[in-house]
Amino acid sequence: MNTSTLKLPPIATLGPFIALLLACIFFATQSDRFLSPQNFSLILQQVMVVGVIAIGQTLIILTAGIDLSCGMVMALGGIVMTKFAADYGLSAPMAIACGIAATTLFGLLNGLLVTRIKLPPFIVTLGTLNIAFAITQLYSKSQTVTDIPEGMTFLGNTLKMGSTSIAYGVVLMLALYLVTWLWLRETAPGRHIYAVGNSPEATRLTGIPTDRVLLGVYVLAGVFYGIASLLSVARTGAGDPNAGQTENLDAITAVVLGGTSLFGGRGIILGTLVGAMIVGVFRNGLTLMGVSSVYQILVTGILVILAVATDQMSRKGVR
Amino acid sequence: MKKATVLTLTALALAASSAFAADPVIGLITKTDSNPFFVKMKEGAEAEGKKLGAKVLSGAGKMDGDNAGQITAMENMIAAGAKTILITPSDAKAIIPAIKKAQAQGVMVIALDSPTDPVSAVDALFATDNFKAGVLIGEYAKAALGGKKPVIATLDLFPGHPVGAQRHNGFLQGYGLKSLDAKSNDLAQPSEVVCMADSFGDAAKGQTGMENCLQKNPGINVVYTINEPAAAGAYKALKAAGKEKDVVIVSVDGGCAGIKDVGAGVITATSQQYPLKMASMGVAAGVEYAKTGKKVSGYTDTGVTLIAAKSMPGVDSKDVKTGTDLCWGNK
Repeated sequence: MNTSTLKLPPIATLGPFIALLLACIFFATQSDRFLSPQNFSLILQQVMVVGVIAIGQTLIILTAGIDLSCGMVMALGGIVMTKFAADYGLSAPMAIACGIAATTLFGLLNGLLVTRIKLPPFIVTLGTLNIAFAITQLYSKSQTVTDIPEGMTFLGNTLKMGSTSIAYGVVLMLALYLVTWLWLRETAPGRHIYAVGNSPEATRLTGIPTDRVLLGVYVLAGVFYGIASLLSVARTGAGDPNAGQTENLDAITAVVLGGTSLFGGRGIILGTLVGAMIVGVFRNGLTLMGVSSVYQILVTGILVILAVATDQMSRKGVR
Repeated sequence: MKKATVLTLTALALAASSAFAADPVIGLITKTDSNPFFVKMKEGAEAEGKKLGAKVLSGAGKMDGDNAGQITAMENMIAAGAKTILITPSDAKAIIPAIKKAQAQGVMVIALDSPTDPVSAVDALFATDNFKAGVLIGEYAKAALGGKKPVIATLDLFPGHPVGAQRHNGFLQGYGLKSLDAKSNDLAQPSEVVCMADSFGDAAKGQTGMENCLQKNPGINVVYTINEPAAAGAYKALKAAGKEKDVVIVSVDGGCAGIKDVGAGVITATSQQYPLKMASMGVAAGVEYAKTGKKVSGYTDTGVTLIAAKSMPGVDSKDVKTGTDLCWGNK
């Protein structure tokens, strides 16, 4: 294992931050409402669901895998927790635990198929994407669940910080990023994830059980999707069977924009948060300017290609 | 990366229109950006805004059913200073907590085209009476089929949407079959309806649905469709099976492409609705609210007209020319 490959080239690390900064400066000149703390709190609220899904997605992409099922699994978790509470009268914490258990099981299923049957993650998660979607629709009968206990939406409530109100969900998201960042940097299991992504064969030969690392990553991602389910329910105040359809690809977009390499082994988790923020800032800023948010989709597309191209070129440079 | 970003941003700055701070801001949120029905609605709102001196912001979900996308658009518009939100809810129930939040901030919320569930969650609703739109095509289909025994296929929207249920149940009632009332969110299925498929209002899915229905029962002679794209898809499937001449296809919408299809014999009859009117009424109400603080309330029927190439005795319909004059989309 070559330690130098664990370090990101400066452009991949700084690129996302620079793009975000430039976008913010631009929108600040266009709208006097943009730069207010209240507006930033709003943008964070709008990216918290995708942001938390993207933590799980980052872990998987670091192992050179990909998870196409993330949004649908998140939707399933949301339906399970809201329906368990509404239909069976479970208390909020119990119902939430059931929802997270459901998404974790899907993570376990993904992980087992990848490690035991050695199927490519792209195909496995394409399958589970459809399975999770179908179960969500069948179980909910395609009906939105609205009768939700108070205890399930508390993360959507806000706390006052000076004149700004910040959603508890945002605080949770930021905390999850911080903890994951430290875990990936400072602990042996965290470093193993990078190692598996860099070279699974070399990693296996050093005595690290690569399959167990991989399985753990998929299960952990499932837990993050479950937390995202809870945030989604808290944000919209409903169990929505059609949730997650845009989050699926938005999460991958955030990871890629944040500079994590799709080839595995390289990337920092905080970049993913920046990637998610870039999308949110464009959506918000363009609306404040009165410009159609379709331009946000256009800009996102351009930035994704730029990010992947930067990674590809720096990778060639390394070799 | 830097250079390209700056370029893109400059392009966007040029695209942005100047706004006057004093003008009232009104937000219009449609289900999608791409459907001509919503494009027309947006144009109507912008034209009315220009006339009355209001700034109209528009946004949409990424696809039909994208509730979170509509919530995000609503929050951003309120952050941009909108005091009135006009919305065509993608999810009649899931959008309600967000509407309540907006109203708590003093924002007037008007639903256009589709009601929320319950309807009372918004300040007002400007929409087609979808049940009546269904009744009109049901009556026409019965007259057009003459005395023959109906074998019906319905290409519906998707489960759980009130507009889909109202049109479907209205159609059955107009035909004089066992149906559910205008308040129901379920789809009635009397024995004459031999096949029901979800089209999502989409031509390709409508075609697939019709193909499957013909497999189930080749004797289908009446096809109800949720909208004209679905009807065009159904016609394709019927034509491939060589049955397009013997089947009565009815629909709802009245878009210019749909009216053209009525003229060409693809669709037998359609109930025409008026998205432009919904939007301009919404903007006018928003301007009134900004000026006087007076909110609108309740339901306003924006009207519906039956358009058919052939008139049937005992059924009041207008011809294709009238339909073309009033249609929305590109003529």
